[in-house]
Amino acid sequence: MNIVVCAKEVLDVSQIKVDPKTNKPILQGIDKKISDIDKNAVEEAVKIKEKLGGKVTVVSVGPSEAREYIKELLAMGADEAKIIPLDDTRDYNVVSNLLAAVINGMEYDMVLCGEASIDLFSGQMGPRVAQKLDIPQITYAKNVDAEADKLTADRDLSGKKVTVESPYPVLLTVTKEINEPRLPSLMEILGAANKPIETIDPSSLEAEVEAGTKISDIKGVAMERKNVIYKDDIDEGIKELVDNLAKSGALG
Amino acid sequence: MVLIYSNEKNLTLEMLAKGRELADEQGKEVTVVLIGEDEADEYIQHGADKVFVAETDLKNFKVEEYTQMIANIAEKLGSETIMIGSNKDGNELAPRLAAMLNTGCVTGCTDIYFKDGELTTERVVYSGNAIAVEQFTGKPHIMTIPSKLYDPLPADSSRTGEVTKESVDYKTFPSEITNIQVMESEGVNVEAATSIVSCGRGFKNKEDTKMAEELARLLPGETLGCSRPLSADMKWFTEDHWIGLSGHKVKPKVYIAIGISGQIQHIAGMRDSDIIVAINKDPEALIFKSADYGLVGDLYEVLPKLTAAIKEKMA
Ligand SMILES: Cc1cc2nc3c(=O)[nH]c(=O)nc-3n(C[C@H](O)[C@H](O)[C@H](O)COP(=O)(O)OP(=O)(O)OC[C@H]3O[C@@H](n4cnc5c(N)ncnc54)[C@H](O)[C@@H]3O)c2cc1C
Ligand SMILES: Nc1ncnc2c1ncn2[C@@H]1O[C@H](COP(=O)(O)O)[C@@H](O)[C@H]1O
Repeated sequence: MNIVVCAKEVLDVSQIKVDPKTNKPILQGIDKKISDIDKNAVEEAVKIKEKLGGKVTVVSVGPSEAREYIKELLAMGADEAKIIPLDDTRDYNVVSNLLAAVINGMEYDMVLCGEASIDLFSGQMGPRVAQKLDIPQITYAKNVDAEADKLTADRDLSGKKVTVESPYPVLLTVTKEINEPRLPSLMEILGAANKPIETIDPSSLEAEVEAGTKISDIKGVAMERKNVIYKDDIDEGIKELVDNLAKSGALG
Repeated sequence: MVLIYSNEKNLTLEMLAKGRELADEQGKEVTVVLIGEDEADEYIQHGADKVFVAETDLKNFKVEEYTQMIANIAEKLGSETIMIGSNKDGNELAPRLAAMLNTGCVTGCTDIYFKDGELTTERVVYSGNAIAVEQFTGKPHIMTIPSKLYDPLPADSSRTGEVTKESVDYKTFPSEITNIQVMESEGVNVEAATSIVSCGRGFKNKEDTKMAEELARLLPGETLGCSRPLSADMKWFTEDHWIGLSGHKVKPKVYIAIGISGQIQHIAGMRDSDIIVAINKDPEALIFKSADYGLVGDLYEVLPKLTAAIKEKMA
């Protein structure tokens, strides 16, 4: 089974603050990491490889420093990685065309993506890549049973569970709940240093790279709260809190 | 031409209100696409100029085939703006459609307007920390629109329009839906609630969330919410209670978060609440940064006391 996992480097969104003067999010100096659910995708791929044999390849469009973070995925059990360097990865047309072009040039049975990334959270990439590859897509997979010739997945939709069966090749997007990504051991981390990471020049790919949208502004969303914290005398705290709630009319 | 599609009727009617406005600003028409259903008149009464009914044997929404049908209809009608309902089906359809038509797509729009003559969208990015203002660089424009963003236009029975019924070509994909299990919904509408008592993983088992229910019962609306793991993972609560980036966005007068750590993706769903109260045993919990009032303590001790105190106050 040849499994491709699409994974992305993102800003650690939990660290982002809004500059009160400019009302813009401050994006400098924020740590980076692999988008959370992409690790679930790698975990699922490695599990399937453990069951059926084969190879797991991570493909990522992102800045060249993404290498550092991709290594974590190799330590989790992926066999190799391909990075297509691009500084601004926000345009879905451009990135999906590049991903599809790389995957098209590989032997693959299955492509895995996260249900959504933590920075853009749009869930666009999986369906776009599936369309470009002209293969079926199974989004929001919460349970996957891969067999040699076909795959069955339960999709977790709001208020509905839909079971889908598909032959290969097929693209899946996985939910956060599908599994618990493993923490690689020190040995695995060291071992990952020898796994191949190939850099592919985007201009060497036959892919259209015309943007579909342009972001003209990013406005920060700030939140002001009173932050009155009761920790020492809880009984007194509860009393004050209830008085305040009553005063504000929140108790009806 | 503005094209509107959703497999949820209320979403179609809501989008129709906005689609009508966008079309009028440009002197264009609005077409509603229905796949496999044919109550067309209602959409005309609510603002559509045309209804295109695609006839098909497909029994269920299947994205690969639906994408091709909508792409064919959009090309046939020369659609410049395509509005798709932002439910899970719509959000996997729209980007696939965008890839097929080689165009831009913005999912989960929170605002749509013309700016300097250009169609402009806004959506939440960075898990709730920011809003991206985005324009399209080509056509058609594809957007997905969440429910309750717009109110449907009142029905006008004097409106007339054109209804077309046709079968549309598509190739069949080898994947197959083998089972659909509808989970019972409790019909809770957290989005409209005036107060919400919300449970997180601090609760040790489902039974214990009864304590939160008791508190909720004292407050206007009696509404219970929860964090993602309690719904998506543990299944203690149906999806309609789920609050956050990937769940429901709420704006009650008071939001009481109990045993919730306050990760950004949860905050994204409740940051518009008037008053936020948090109970958490960890004094360092992130939730306190997003709270007006915080009680540091074990919920098993604090929650019954808070409930008793509110009961007493209201007596
Ligand atoms: C793309 C993406 C989308 C997501 N969307 C959502 C979303 O829509 N909604 C959402 O909620 N999450 C969402 N999440 C998950 C989110 O990041 C958090 O993992 C989740 O909100 C944590 O839920 P929790 O606070 O209930 O659990 P935990 O983070 O485990 O927190 C439990 C808290 O309970 C406290 N606690 C434990 N015992 C007690 C006790 N006895 N008394 C008092 N306090 C106690 C602990 O101190 C802790 O702070 C998303 C994540 C991703 C990556
Ligand atoms: N630049 C990228 N490189 C590789 N995979 C990506 C990239 N962007 C998004 N993805 C994949 O698409 C999923 C959904 O991302 P998004 O469409 O941004 O919500 C992610 O979880 C990844 O699996």
